Amino acid sequence: MVETVIVPLIMIVMVIVAVLTTVMYMVLLERKVQAWVQVRLGPMRVGHHGLLQPIADVLKLFLKEDITPARADRWVFTLAPILVLVPALIAFAVIPLSRDLTLFGLKFPGQIADVNVGLLYIISVASIGIYGIILGGWSSNSKYPLLASLRSSAQLISYEIAVTMTLVTVIMLAGTLSMVGIVNAQLQKGWWFAFMQPVAFFIYFVGALAETNRAPFDLPEAEQELVAGFHTEYSGMRFAFFFLAEYTNMIVVSCVATTLFLGGWLAPFPNVPWLSFLGYVPGWVWFILKTFGFLYVFLWVRATLPRYRYDQLMRLGWKWLIPLAILNVVMTGLVKVLV
Amino acid sequence: MITTTHYMVLSAALFVLGVIGVLTRRNIIIVFMSIELMLNAVNINLVAFSHQLQNAVGQVFSVFVIVIAAAEAAVGLGIILAFYRNKETVNIDEMNLLRW
Amino acid sequence: MAEAAAFYILAALILGFGVLVITAKSAVHCILFLVADFLCVAALYVSLQAQFLAVIQVLVYAGGIMVLYLFVVMLVNLKRPPEAHSDPRRLGFLGLLMSVAVLVELALIVVTRWARPAAAGSGLSPDNVRQIGRALYTDYLIPFELASFLLLVAMVGAIILAKREL
Repeated sequence: MVETVIVPLIMIVMVIVAVLTTVMYMVLLERKVQAWVQVRLGPMRVGHHGLLQPIADVLKLFLKEDITPARADRWVFTLAPILVLVPALIAFAVIPLSRDLTLFGLKFPGQIADVNVGLLYIISVASIGIYGIILGGWSSNSKYPLLASLRSSAQLISYEIAVTMTLVTVIMLAGTLSMVGIVNAQLQKGWWFAFMQPVAFFIYFVGALAETNRAPFDLPEAEQELVAGFHTEYSGMRFAFFFLAEYTNMIVVSCVATTLFLGGWLAPFPNVPWLSFLGYVPGWVWFILKTFGFLYVFLWVRATLPRYRYDQLMRLGWKWLIPLAILNVVMTGLVKVLV
Repeated sequence: MITTTHYMVLSAALFVLGVIGVLTRRNIIIVFMSIELMLNAVNINLVAFSHQLQNAVGQVFSVFVIVIAAAEAAVGLGIILAFYRNKETVNIDEMNLLRW
Repeated sequence: MAEAAAFYILAALILGFGVLVITAKSAVHCILFLVADFLCVAALYVSLQAQFLAVIQVLVYAGGIMVLYLFVVMLVNLKRPPEAHSDPRRLGFLGLLMSVAVLVELALIVVTRWARPAAAGSGLSPDNVRQIGRALYTDYLIPFELASFLLLVAMVGAIILAKREL
């Protein structure tokens, strides 16, 4: 009873609190990093060097008026932010954060649930998240959000294919769909999958940028285009949900990349004996370091690269990434059979 | 105690709901969605029997049913779009171009 | 006990959403109810130890096919007002009657328990991805190849049908 209900509950609360706090500070980090890249300082006033800025942002969004457009579809308008945020959060249920620990006499597994189809579960909840975007744009009963939501969802489903193909190569290497199994496979092979599958890692990274509507693929929600994209008509807490959902998606994608390609909670070179002192650092510290490294590259790319036009974006996805990903799958299969 | 009969009754009820949807609705897209309901009812039946007989073949068949549903949805919606471009309607009562 | 509760709750949700699907006025609401229905069916599959099929159901059916329906409904609904008054030539009552006939037939089949000894399987393991994969690539290879061919044909057909000018 304790182990099947209480321990997962504690872990769920911990993970949600950690994720939401990280999301709030990601917003601040993004503004700071962009500012430093552009030789300015970013938010400095609220708290020491702007560290309390997220709290100010959250308070502001809580207190804003909640406007619903006149002829918007009420139920769907309310449902859309939920459909964007909930899939992003529940994807954390299968991500292995560390090896199994024992705290206060309770046995904590490294993940909330070890589902035997864990990777497919993450992909399937990501495809549910697309509904929130489409419905958010449609239910606003307004031209620009509708166009932006159609563009954004078309972009998401196009790049989902390329990303899924790269995940297939990882599954082929690991031999299992379970996320815990994939980390263990990296432990057994001794190499992180990013070194065994660099092409897949690169395609995954580009696809992840497109899946989360981040620059340089952020045309559907850039400020200079289409007003504010599919969440134009949203204000207050509902807008906060969309915002939270975007950053949570970024974190989910980074966590999945860390688990699949960067070895999850493993230390670098886990099988080399003379480096085993790195194993004294807890697994979750490595996980957080790797995830933040990945996230930092997201912010770095946003500050550096110009935006892709929409047709260039779609052409890149369909004509370059998908054939490259399929070729990668074929080559991986050949190498596995012949070697 | 939940036996396979329970799942068969659920599947039959869902199938009949799909049949009602096909026979009574006039928006052709909703008719298509009722067909998807029927396919789901069949899938529930297949998976229930797969569970009872402890054989993975039922689930393999379900995968094929999902594949067929995907192909049918793609082509069917393409046809609907082509028709809509010509006649501006999705009401099946007005899709009577071949009548005398 | 938990299994029975799960089954009854899920069955009520599935049938409830099914009724809402066939009676919703707006097509978009209909789609949303159908998506909820599919998610409940996926939960039912998980309770039947068919986890792979459950995620495939969510991924392909709820996340792919229904998104396609949603796109088409949005493209088609842009100018059209909702369904107006009913056409007098329609015989909706007859449709309902025929559905009741189908229901009675199915109930008879279920209740008279027409049963045959079935082929014993090798058992379902938690590793049902491997089992399904093995079955697809060995015993059912030809249907698998035909299904992939069917998908290719459907893809080409859908692209051609939806083009503005050929």
